Amino acid sequence: MQVQLNGEGREIPNGWTVSDLLADLRIESRYCAVELNRKVMPREQHASCSLKSGDEIEVVTLVGGG
Amino acid sequence: MTVLPADKPLVLGNHVLTSRLIVGTGKYSTLELMQQCLEASGSEVITVAVRRERLVDASGRNILDFIDLKRYTILPNTAGCFNVEDAVRVARLGREILRGLENPGADWVKLEVLADTRTLLPDPVATVEACRELVADGFQVLCYTSDDPITARRLKQAGATSVMPAGSPIGSGQGILNPNNIRICLEYLKENDPDYPVIVDAGVGTASDVAFAMELGCDGVLLNTAIASARDPLRMAVAMKQACESGRHAVLSGRIPKKLYATASSPTEGVITRALG
Repeated sequence: MQVQLNGEGREIPNGWTVSDLLADLRIESRYCAVELNRKVMPREQHASCSLKSGDEIEVVTLVGGG
Repeated sequence: MTVLPADKPLVLGNHVLTSRLIVGTGKYSTLELMQQCLEASGSEVITVAVRRERLVDASGRNILDFIDLKRYTILPNTAGCFNVEDAVRVARLGREILRGLENPGADWVKLEVLADTRTLLPDPVATVEACRELVADGFQVLCYTSDDPITARRLKQAGATSVMPAGSPIGSGQGILNPNNIRICLEYLKENDPDYPVIVDAGVGTASDVAFAMELGCDGVLLNTAIASARDPLRMAVAMKQACESGRHAVLSGRIPKKLYATASSPTEGVITRALG
């Protein structure tokens, strides 16, 4: 199925959870936050939250800034 | 060594700080240099930005590997946001990351809602609205704003933990362009509330700008570019630390009034020369 990940279309298997996606991206989940359809998805729910076709996902981290 | 009575701490909501200098982590040529400069600045609070993960090169080094999370309180900003919704989203994402890291910075945000890419001046109306929304959501909001005293007052009324007027545009290095406006901000914000914290955020070019901000009576200074883009950032970090302390000592000491004519420092009695006609 197709989702929007950080503003770009991406094909992922049906039934994937947020955790599956982060693992596939090899992202250090400790350092990131996930937003699903413009709402923060708390990390405790990453493993249980199944993604749906058309979902908009943002994965962010901290960078240098003023 | 002279021992002075301890200064009162800088209290920002439930954060109690000894250092009155807050520094950013952007624009450093290397993360190692950033780390050394943070240490040299003596700051306890450091600002960071929230950005999309680079999905292409996720193995790249993360800034968090270079920040001692036990030592520093992280202050996430909403830089790059040009409307209320985005600023609120970014603040919540920053909080989510810091909660996961168990950093005390999870309860606050440096709110920036910008209006214009060229000047990076804040949108005062959107900043007030975003501040209200974030306060309602439980954030302690430190508000970047212009030096306009009326907006400053509105932000305090909206529940801002601290109002942070810019000395001059972000990264411009122009220092404090309108000290009178900063003075009026201080007067308005501290009226019947002398401990309300006011921090100069943005515009600092060199150490004397920091000292001047503190001498005006500001409670702290937030800066980034002036250290990170100096020819020798490490030495400038030391200069900023000392300037912040010097300015604070000066304002606590009380400057002498300015007078038009000279007053001799040496005794006028007992001079062996003849008096001037």
